[in-house]
Amino acid sequence: MNIKDIFTPFTAWSGVLKDPVTIKNPIGREAAPRYRGFHDNDINVCIGCGTCEAICENQAIDLVPVDGIDTKSGDSGLRPKIDYGRCCWCALCVDICTTDSLRLTNEYTWVDTDADNFRFIPGVDPKDWYEKEDGWRKPVPNYNFYGKERVHMGELHADERSDSFIEFVKGYSKEQAQQEADRCVSCGICTATCPAHMGIPEYIKAVRNDDMEEGMRVLYETNPLPEICGRICTHKCEDVCSVGHTGDALSIRWLKRYIADQIPADTDKYKDILGTGDLAKNGKKIAIIGSGPSGLSAAHYLALLGYSCTIFEKLPKAGGMMRYGIPEYRLPYDQIDKDVDYIAALGVEFKYNVNIGTDITLEQLEKDYDAVFSGTGLHLGRSTRIPGSDNENVYQSVDLLRDIVLEKPVPVKERVVVIGGGNVAMDITRSMARLQMQQFGKVNVITTSLEDEEHMPADREEIVEAREEGCSIIPGYGPQEIIIEDGKVKGLKVWKCLSIFDEKGMFNPKFDQAEERVFEGDMVIESIGQGMDLSYLTEEIKSKIEFNNRGRIVVDADFQAKGLPWLFVGGDIIEGPDVIHGIANGHRAAMGIDKFLNQGR
Amino acid sequence: MLNNFFGFKPDRSKYPSVNEDGSLNIDLSSHQYTKLWLGPNHPGVTGNMAMELTLNGDEIVEGKTHVGYLHRGFEKLIERRLFVQGFPTSIRMCVAEPDTNEYLIAACTEELSGYDKQIPDMAKWLRMLSLEMARLQGLLRGVPGQAGTYSLGIGVQWGVYLRDLILDRFEELTGARVYHMYIIPGGVRGLLPEGFKARMEDNLKDIDDFIVRIKKLMFDNAIFKKRSIGQGIVTKEMVDKYGVVGTTARASGVKRDVRKDNPYLFYDQLDFDPPTAEEGDIYARTFVRWQELIQTVDLIRQIMAKMPEKGDIRAQMPNVLNWRIPKGETYVRIESGRGEYGMYYVTDGSDKPRRVNLRGPSYTHGVALLEDLLVNTNIADIHALMVSLQTCPPEIER
Ligand code: SF4
Ligand code: SF4
Ligand code: SF4
Repeated sequence: MNIKDIFTPFTAWSGVLKDPVTIKNPIGREAAPRYRGFHDNDINVCIGCGTCEAICENQAIDLVPVDGIDTKSGDSGLRPKIDYGRCCWCALCVDICTTDSLRLTNEYTWVDTDADNFRFIPGVDPKDWYEKEDGWRKPVPNYNFYGKERVHMGELHADERSDSFIEFVKGYSKEQAQQEADRCVSCGICTATCPAHMGIPEYIKAVRNDDMEEGMRVLYETNPLPEICGRICTHKCEDVCSVGHTGDALSIRWLKRYIADQIPADTDKYKDILGTGDLAKNGKKIAIIGSGPSGLSAAHYLALLGYSCTIFEKLPKAGGMMRYGIPEYRLPYDQIDKDVDYIAALGVEFKYNVNIGTDITLEQLEKDYDAVFSGTGLHLGRSTRIPGSDNENVYQSVDLLRDIVLEKPVPVKERVVVIGGGNVAMDITRSMARLQMQQFGKVNVITTSLEDEEHMPADREEIVEAREEGCSIIPGYGPQEIIIEDGKVKGLKVWKCLSIFDEKGMFNPKFDQAEERVFEGDMVIESIGQGMDLSYLTEEIKSKIEFNNRGRIVVDADFQAKGLPWLFVGGDIIEGPDVIHGIANGHRAAMGIDKFLNQGR
Repeated sequence: MLNNFFGFKPDRSKYPSVNEDGSLNIDLSSHQYTKLWLGPNHPGVTGNMAMELTLNGDEIVEGKTHVGYLHRGFEKLIERRLFVQGFPTSIRMCVAEPDTNEYLIAACTEELSGYDKQIPDMAKWLRMLSLEMARLQGLLRGVPGQAGTYSLGIGVQWGVYLRDLILDRFEELTGARVYHMYIIPGGVRGLLPEGFKARMEDNLKDIDDFIVRIKKLMFDNAIFKKRSIGQGIVTKEMVDKYGVVGTTARASGVKRDVRKDNPYLFYDQLDFDPPTAEEGDIYARTFVRWQELIQTVDLIRQIMAKMPEKGDIRAQMPNVLNWRIPKGETYVRIESGRGEYGMYYVTDGSDKPRRVNLRGPSYTHGVALLEDLLVNTNIADIHALMVSLQTCPPEIER
């Protein structure tokens, strides 16, 4: 130490001449653009999936109902409420938000005398920081808390599949399935939309845990046809999947298929897993008309409750439209058998080639059984009734699809025109293409629909795949006339369709005549929807029950026919048409039948 | 002796007397000794633990350290949360330099899950930047803070102002000033904002200037020297005996720096040589930290010059809600501003850690070593001693 050490520190006085660095008014200082301040939520974008609630490590978030926001398909109707007594402004909730609706603004001062105010619903409770653009948003790029891209299932290439009816979508491998299952945030938005309210997050979790038996148990809680649904379900769940809002929706359907595919086709094994080895009988008998999804579903759940069920089927095998309406390349017959065999193994009796009304009457069933469930489906093709549609070379898609399965001779011409834009139209389009390929070595199918490309009711992938297989899908035209020359079909005359519904929402298509086209073809197939055949209902029964303005039987929430308590009706003739609605209302009807027969208990 | 130049040095040869078996004879009823509890009273890092002191006059003859007043259990909280939920809690384990905790959680989970090879380079550079910024803001407070414990407040004012500027940079980079929550398993949470480097460079220039001024204020200061030279000496033997780390070890001539000894991130691509001293007293420790301040400024410049302009900030990782890590255990250590800072992390195949155990320098420096060094210290110097050991009780009591 020396004398310098006494004086050197006084150099600090030089600071006296400098400008001060303190901020005069620290309140109101604008925070950095990325600052994690108070929450804001775009409540019209938010779907109330609750993923923010799931990730909050402080349990600062509660999902609560909000006035003016209704629960609907794809939206729980709830919105996050945040407790600023718990929040640490980590913004994990923002980073994971499935819709990117949530953000933090860079506002950070809030003075209030009432502590309760610090629990608030961002975006709903008025706050003056919402107008601030700055703040924390999900970081970009490539910063994701869950996979945004779907794991694609392998498919046969169009060249390999275009002349064959073998299944062309390969299943997931274990790695693929687990990778896909990992993307699920377990929000349950899908469950609410699924007509059968399947436990989707639970069975996806089973895939992650590689616990297929648990997966099967979850599937069978609400759906006794997993192999079938795992292939051809219209997957309404995937349309609303919250992960789909800022990425690809989960492949829910393929994951279901994956689970079912892992269990061998062995009914004893099924019983073992599902704990249905010995079901006690309750001595009551139920007749079920039709072995489609609703009939099979009703039979399955009734069998679990101890009822002895007999299914009456008009055709030689079980499955209804699933077997006789959906081509084999989408749903192989052995997979239908796998699901049906297990239901049969539960003691459900199948009587094939039985026509209700002619072979046995409904009245007789009423006498012989405690209750009757009818799910007879939509098997009658609808005609366009345009000029020429009565020609013998004009066919109904349902008839042709059924004949293909029954291995009856199916007329195949070199040029085919299909009318219709739904999934059935795609099924017949692609089936005809395969038959053409087998017979002529080339494809010439033109499919046209009233709806434009964007509004075609068929699944997008069906349209894409049909085109891959060489079919021409030309949407947006209305059929006017089937051109007949010398008794032979020459083609289909169409006009450009301008609109389908009028202002009142009634079916009333408008056309632009100037844009007329002729699709040349040697045969025309109509596929514009199906109707029901209720001829098995006698006049007496008809007089007791009620029909609505669409000609459908009126049923209550238990699918019990109004007026005839012993008759339950479900499936496509009530709701749909699709497999999963049938399964759902078959299940509900089973519960309804149980309630009806055990009312006095 | 220089340190005796200005004043009176008491003769402590008689007190306390020693019993035959060598233990101290501290008989409180003799009225020669006073029992004094220092703390726990929060304000400042030295106050959230307690010292039970036995005094003879104002000299300490025996000191015992007591921790346990913070009642936190952060390790347990982390063990009950998903892997991704750990980092917002971890930062509370050490307020002074929270980023170290974030990094350790990320590094442990990445190593045990096998994702450590996939962390993008950009993220690694940004992690390094934020860790060095954390060191810098700690030193800006810690170096002048040492003089602050001797009531020389002006240096603290300068340091805190400059630290605030670094917090401004943190704010624009990470979205927060103190609890940054920036390093996340898989990467980091943001790229450098536009113009960041230029603003940082401005701040570094100010800090360059500060480094010169604080040298004159503290290290060429008779009072500071008088009170710090020869005080609180940590010998080389003590370094080994207690496991002393960081600048405290380096000031005792033991060159220990995890960044050099066991390089992580891209520290092997940076050019630096950790400063050392031989004396092991409070002055030497503070001076080593002042040199480290120079070095940290230089490291930040090196990082900003070497880091890529663009790149991914996070690896493709499993869904954070479903992330499970196979059974395993690891101990990851890095060089924090206070020295080697490690985390022991055990996973059991579930979605939460089985065990999280933090091992920070304060646990060594602030509990056992401090008890040793307290003896013969004047009560007026206790805070200086604690600060010179960089004691941070929250990190002792995780
Ligand atoms: S994660 Fe997003 S979309 Fe889902 S509830 Fe929270 S704020 Fe709404
Ligand atoms: S910012 Fe963090 S603590 Fe706050 S509500 Fe969101 S997740 Fe929870
Ligand atoms: S599948 Fe989609 S909607 Fe369903 S729980 Fe998972 S993330 Fe939510």
